[in-house]
Amino acid sequence: MEEKLTLFKNRKRFGIEKNIDIIFKNTALVLSSFVAIILLGIILVVFFQSFESFSRYGLKFLVTSEWNPVKDEYGAFTAIYGTLVTSFLSLLITIPLGVGTAIFITEDFVPKVFREIIGSFVELLAAIPSVVLGLWAIFVMEPFFRAFFVFLHNFFGWIPLFSTEPSGRNSLLAILILVVMLLPIVTSIARDSLNQVPKKLRNAAYGIGASRWKTIFSVILPAALSGIMAGVLLALGRAMGETMAVTMIIGNSNAFSWSLLSPGYTISSMLANQFGEADGSQVSSLFYAAFVLMILSLLVNIFAQWLVKKFSLKY
Amino acid sequence: MNSLYYQKRLSRNIGDKFFTSLSVICALIAILPLIFLVTYILYKGGSQITPELFTLEPNPPGDDLDAGGINPALVGTLIITTIASIIAIPVGVGGGIYLAEYSRGGAFSRFIKFGVNVLAGVPSIIAGVFIYALIVSTKILFGSMYSGLAGGMALSILMLPSVIKTTDEGLKLVPNELRYASLGVGASMYTTILKVTLPSAFRSIATGVVLGIARAAGETAPLIFTALFSYYYITGFGDLFYEMGSLAVLIYNFALEPYDAQNKLAWAASFILVLSILSVNIFSRILAAFTEKTKRV
Repeated sequence: MEEKLTLFKNRKRFGIEKNIDIIFKNTALVLSSFVAIILLGIILVVFFQSFESFSRYGLKFLVTSEWNPVKDEYGAFTAIYGTLVTSFLSLLITIPLGVGTAIFITEDFVPKVFREIIGSFVELLAAIPSVVLGLWAIFVMEPFFRAFFVFLHNFFGWIPLFSTEPSGRNSLLAILILVVMLLPIVTSIARDSLNQVPKKLRNAAYGIGASRWKTIFSVILPAALSGIMAGVLLALGRAMGETMAVTMIIGNSNAFSWSLLSPGYTISSMLANQFGEADGSQVSSLFYAAFVLMILSLLVNIFAQWLVKKFSLKY
Repeated sequence: MNSLYYQKRLSRNIGDKFFTSLSVICALIAILPLIFLVTYILYKGGSQITPELFTLEPNPPGDDLDAGGINPALVGTLIITTIASIIAIPVGVGGGIYLAEYSRGGAFSRFIKFGVNVLAGVPSIIAGVFIYALIVSTKILFGSMYSGLAGGMALSILMLPSVIKTTDEGLKLVPNELRYASLGVGASMYTTILKVTLPSAFRSIATGVVLGIARAAGETAPLIFTALFSYYYITGFGDLFYEMGSLAVLIYNFALEPYDAQNKLAWAASFILVLSILSVNIFSRILAAFTEKTKRV
């Protein structure tokens, strides 16, 4: 105590301290603007590097699927299609599973201890690196699903999505490993937004005689919808940009096919595969593809932020 | 009179039962593979762990008898994540301080917050592409192309948003009374921040930062064409300017090799990576729960 009191004795504010204060504030300001600088830097650098390819192929790049470094012909349709198909289909599987799980751990079906254990376990899984998931997919998931894929082809081969003989690595496996990656994200965000719904809404619904699931469907889920939607969009952005696990399992082929059982490509797996060895106009075309990927994920992200702001908790 | 009793065959009760079992099934489908995944990684990888693993260099693929160890990759991961932390933590904490302590919710700070969220959503491979264009292909770092330093920079871009966010949120939780008290006794703004608010938010910021580092340690995509990979021991400071291996890239490269010995090495590396990331996560969770309890008392 004695010490602290003497600290304040004869204390005057010197000019130098004022200067330090100003310097400190401005340093913090500069550091915070780094984020904007990096973001703009990324957009500008990727755009200018892709300029050569952009001016040569224009928008045709987006709809042709020729990728031939020898003839200098580039089109990224297969990769763009692959990115969109894998991310949307994986999301389609993930949403019901994730939201169902989130409802399971926010309702009182099992004691609270179990629910908390399940909840934190799911969150821990989000921390597993995607390259490890890719390794697991190659050595465990692929053999496990092999027979199932043959079955799919034999019985549902008339559907274009399953029309080819299943290859060792294919788009469907990429979709499944994406589901494993997205589940923790969707589940934990859905759980958080379900938990944020005020208790009185639930009590009011129960009070007028609604059954448990009537309450969930007509009161709780609509109230939590904006949060869940934002989580889903976040997961969509993640799925589109996901590189490692997908690259390791999708088969990496630029030949376009409607079938999910044949090898495919996504923009990020194309980058991961070819960037190291590319030169000349191939580099520029890869940057063009990277630019497309970036625009896609930026749009999803901005839309998610807008959605949260627009629809957040209006009850 | 009957309506006072629970009636099994009422449509609403049947519907309720149906949806309850549906959600149980969803939870089972979601959780069982995840449990299987974690136990399999820990079991399969754990069985490959030997003392030599930590000391030897990996042998180039093709020699199926002996794959060697993962020492260079292990050291490389430590170095690359350290570089990333050295860049991202000061910048992120500084930016977070500005957002939480100085900004008044004006257009600039809203723009920065928006930027933080957008940057957090940028695919990790784009960070690699960016650093490749900026540093690797221009050879701006003393003529070196692929280097551990470039890899660390790419990772720091991914760490930055999470550091800013945790700092901002941690500082916002500090009660304003503390700031008023400090300013009231005549402390200047920077003394208040450095001596009062930052220390009292230290634990939550540190937890967030450590989690961010753990996440960065497992990132692969930004490294595959910035740091590349190396089979050789890291011996000195100069190695920062050359290709550097990392656990994540080792897993990627060796998982795709057709040789069993290399695949085993990939499993061992995954074990080490997953175990360290999970233990950091669990530890910080326990710490957070503990702090919450002591605060309530």
